[in-house]
Amino acid sequence: MRNLLIFITKYNAFFLFLIFEISSIIIYVKYNSFQKASVINSANEVTGRLYTQINGLYDYLSLKEVNDSLARENARLRNQQKSSFYIDTVAKHKITDTIYKTQYEYIDAKVINNSTNHSYNYITINRGSKDGIAVGMGVISGAGIVGKVVNVTEHLANVQSLLNKDSRFSVMLAKNREIGYIRWGDDLDPTKGLLMDVTNNAQPKLGELVVTSGYSLFPTGIPVGRVTNLHPKGGGISLNMEVTFSVDFSKLQYVDVVDYKFAKEQTGLEAQQKKDD
Amino acid sequence: MIRTIIINVLRFIVLVFIQVFLLKNITLYNLSTPYLYILFILLLPFETPNILLFPLAFLMGLTIDAFYDTPGLHAAACVILALVRVMFINITVQKEGFDNEPEPTLSIMGFRWFFTYIVVLTLFHHFFLFNLEVFNLSDIQFTLSRVVLSTLFTVFLILISGLLFYRRKERK
Repeated sequence: MRNLLIFITKYNAFFLFLIFEISSIIIYVKYNSFQKASVINSANEVTGRLYTQINGLYDYLSLKEVNDSLARENARLRNQQKSSFYIDTVAKHKITDTIYKTQYEYIDAKVINNSTNHSYNYITINRGSKDGIAVGMGVISGAGIVGKVVNVTEHLANVQSLLNKDSRFSVMLAKNREIGYIRWGDDLDPTKGLLMDVTNNAQPKLGELVVTSGYSLFPTGIPVGRVTNLHPKGGGISLNMEVTFSVDFSKLQYVDVVDYKFAKEQTGLEAQQKKDD
Repeated sequence: MIRTIIINVLRFIVLVFIQVFLLKNITLYNLSTPYLYILFILLLPFETPNILLFPLAFLMGLTIDAFYDTPGLHAAACVILALVRVMFINITVQKEGFDNEPEPTLSIMGFRWFFTYIVVLTLFHHFFLFNLEVFNLSDIQFTLSRVVLSTLFTVFLILISGLLFYRRKERK
């Protein structure tokens, strides 16, 4: 103990230096936003790199699930193939080529950044304007709708997830085709949304499938989720119901961007209508 | 003793005023900025105990920080300056000489010692000050040129002030 005291008094300059230097650095980093930001940023650089590495590992771990979903989607697509239908009239087959015009085109993309725990969640995908992605396109995955493209760079695009307070999509009940719109629920639960503004004579049932209406961005019939609660709080002159999303947003890995070929024409036409009114 | 305290307090106030109201507005070609206020720490008497020297340096830095809106920046640089001062004086000045040479001023210590003293200490202070301020190693060349040119400016001002208060006094 005595030796320690002697040591400290002998090198008192150094210890005093340490005390005051550390306190001033603390003051400096704490009260200057730039240094604070750059300290946190450099930390983020480290964590960001780590995340990339870990993400590569996760990709391997979830290969089985991805495989399953791909197989399921393959099966679904095969069901839609012409060869899996029995062609009963020759005439139909003949005119197919001339009257069909591509209305929706799909661009596959991989999710490279995703969040589900903020009130405004965004997804980043690895396709950009170079791959034909434009602002306003819809995004779906094998299981259902995901969101809408809001920002595009050359190689990347930013998707406003369905889990975003600003997201609204036109949907309908699959059975009786009653129209409403879906938005994210108020309690930030990444599995639940609210189906709003369905007319009162709709008579929905629990577990009923909710699909896209085809009025915007998405083709008709893309699944959104299933009705799980007919009487959520709130409500009013029209029916509201709780919907459990069919997409597991926290495990989202591969998505398809929907290029609706007539989007411009439709919005132009509707804008014209509004102007005429 | 009392006289030394009064002189140093006055020096503190005057230097802060000069730094904040005059030199703060001076920058040559965005490169050279003088920080004359460190003269206060440089001119503290040799006998100043460390336990007083470091708080004084810290206080001086914080005062300047308050005017520059950079809490902690000048304080950190000043504390480093105080440590360098202690080491420099330990190496170059004999302990027994303290009675005869109360303050490390130009008139008492002579030009050669004083010049080395202020150049070394100012370089250290400016080096840490600018690098802490930029907090980024990517523009190190620009930062270093700022350090060197500002050191020139500050040393120039310190020498002028030393000559202003030059009193011919024989070293005993």
